[in-house]
Amino acid sequence: MANIELRGVEKKFGDVFAVKPLDLTIKDGEFIVLLGPSGCGKTTTLRMISGLEAVTDGQILLDGRDVTWLHPSERDIAFVFQFFALYSHMSARDNIAFPLQAAGMARDEVKQRVGQVAALLRIEHILDRKPGALSGGDQQRVALARALVRRPAAFLMDEPLGALDAEFRETMRAEIKKLHLAQHATTVYVTHDQIEAMAMGDRIVIMSAAVVQQVGTPTEVYHNPANLFVARFIGSPGMNLVKAKVEAGGVRLPGGSLAPVSDRWRHALEGSGLKDGSVVLGFRPEAVQVRDGGALRAAVYADDLHGGYTMLHLELADGEIIHGRAARDALNALGSAVRFDLDPDMMRFFNPETEMAIPS
Amino acid sequence: MRYVNSSNVKGRPVSQVNAQRGLSSRQETVPPAGRRQLSDMRIVQLFILPTIILLILMNIFPLIYSLFLSFTNYSVISSDPPVWVGLENYTHILSDPDFWHNFATTGTYALLSVSLQTIVGFALAMLLRSKFTGSGIITTLVLVPMMLSPIVVAVFWRLIFNPSFGILNPILGFTDINTSPEWLGDPALALWAIVIVDVWQWSPFVMLLCLAGLSAIPEYLYEAAAIDRASAWFQFRRITLPQVMPLLLIAVLFRTIEAFKQFDLVQGLTFGGPGDATETVSVELYRLAFQGQFETGLSSALAYIVLVVIIAISNLYIRALNRLREG
Ligand SMILES: Nc1ncnc2c1ncn2[C@@H]1O[C@H](COP(=O)(O)OP(=O)(O)O)[C@@H](O)[C@H]1O
Ligand SMILES: [Mg+2]
Repeated sequence: MANIELRGVEKKFGDVFAVKPLDLTIKDGEFIVLLGPSGCGKTTTLRMISGLEAVTDGQILLDGRDVTWLHPSERDIAFVFQFFALYSHMSARDNIAFPLQAAGMARDEVKQRVGQVAALLRIEHILDRKPGALSGGDQQRVALARALVRRPAAFLMDEPLGALDAEFRETMRAEIKKLHLAQHATTVYVTHDQIEAMAMGDRIVIMSAAVVQQVGTPTEVYHNPANLFVARFIGSPGMNLVKAKVEAGGVRLPGGSLAPVSDRWRHALEGSGLKDGSVVLGFRPEAVQVRDGGALRAAVYADDLHGGYTMLHLELADGEIIHGRAARDALNALGSAVRFDLDPDMMRFFNPETEMAIPS
Repeated sequence: MRYVNSSNVKGRPVSQVNAQRGLSSRQETVPPAGRRQLSDMRIVQLFILPTIILLILMNIFPLIYSLFLSFTNYSVISSDPPVWVGLENYTHILSDPDFWHNFATTGTYALLSVSLQTIVGFALAMLLRSKFTGSGIITTLVLVPMMLSPIVVAVFWRLIFNPSFGILNPILGFTDINTSPEWLGDPALALWAIVIVDVWQWSPFVMLLCLAGLSAIPEYLYEAAAIDRASAWFQFRRITLPQVMPLLLIAVLFRTIEAFKQFDLVQGLTFGGPGDATETVSVELYRLAFQGQFETGLSSALAYIVLVVIIAISNLYIRALNRLREG
């Protein structure tokens, strides 16, 4: 098992950055998720760690050993490719045995190790079939088995569930997480699906436009997004973001309602050097508390029944739509006026110019 | 969609009818009254008919007629009608050591030339696989021999092999005419000479198919292999070779069939000589059929034996190919 350290690692294709200088330390046994929209440089980062792609600058250390210029085969890392990359002309068994045979392992031991890992992934019954005859999920399992069988120091997985249908993803997600818990191997997992990232990651590295936006636990990135991008990207729907003005006693939303803020926030806002008091107020849907006599006004624009709760779409006075979570049995006629408060602990503020979060 | 007349679809749920009408409305368009319509089947037949007629006249009739002739005593230049002799032609051929010598020569030639051009062609493909400056032009140049007529090739290789002024011997370091090899005149070398020319001309064909096979191997397989810590040799053995194998086998199949029919190069280089050292079955077949006595019946029998041998060998390859496909 290993820790992985990236120091100022960057990748340029021609003059364009695919990954801007990136510092990251991944602890031994950690499950790190690289999350971001497609094209933001996740795959490139993973390929640089594996050695399939050369860095244009920076250093990569595995367990303190500088591997920046080592061939993939010298790094003791397994890679699960986005589209499996199975050897199409070999049976599943031979695919799994490949890394062991390449290392010249004795036949009996190969057989035993393949048997073990096949049992772990419950694919013993498909070992004699070729990849072309397997379902997507089974191909994925074979690809995982091929990575696992070698017992590498770290696993890199590039959107391993991306090619599976939704129903199957949940099963496989749980399986991968279980495997990780059992093996406790350092894992870097790439996905563009924030729900998957939240469910699986010990820590999440959020990337956008070749730049790391925030590194943190799922709770941190959900409740304390570092900037507006993260606030929008995490959660479905994302954080409500409303332009507001700082005034004595609170922040004034467009349309005139004044949302009270705590003393702590008032100090923070005053000390943050906002230009003529403009600020972006952010709050999660569950911070919305609909009640008579609430400080803020809105009209019900739409409501989605989610079984366990209702997601209200509320139209503010300036036409902006925010989302609020309400009880399952809350009855709000479309178009009717409602009042609500915001949970003071769940309010966040962002500087509209820098787009960065204002620390409290 | 509108439905004016629904009487013909009584009793079926509307949605089902909708679906059916939606799918087939185009075909059901009623032709203008009075115009004769050809049914699809009729059109198919009309298009296929010329091909069938041509095939019957040019291929199938001669095939069957020559099968018949192979059981007769017949010569195209005599006025006697074919006389049925049963299996006599076949027993004559199969018991004549001269014919067996022809078969042995053909077999040796096929084995040597096909295996050599497979190795050379595959090696060339491996070399030209990676793109480097000039690789395109080199590939094109390598393909040139394949595009030449075999007779032209034979004529200028006769010059190259020529013991007194040919260029090959000096290149190989033989400068004394008295001791230098006589490629086409020495019974021990003549077959090799033909093999060399055939390899020169047809290795590019093997290369072309191998290149197609190699370029179809996805790059990610090699990335996966690098991650799996496979050595270059292991990658070649376990990925490159098996992935190219189907196309390689097809190249080998084509070249084997051609080798068993080898006629033009032999005719152009050695006329089957010296003695009968390079007399392949096809050359013998040509002599029987179109020279001397014009023994049509006997040569038909020989042609049929060659056909059976080629079909048998092709079958072996095709089986190997299918085994590869199914795994
Ligand atoms: N081999 C390459 N050559 C040129 N540009 C590339 C190459 N690979 C990736 N890129 C570019 O780098 C950026 C990041 O790509 P990638 O790492 O694949 O993103 P992600 O995996 O997050 O979707 C993209 O803009 C992509 O077009
Ligand atoms: Mg990607």
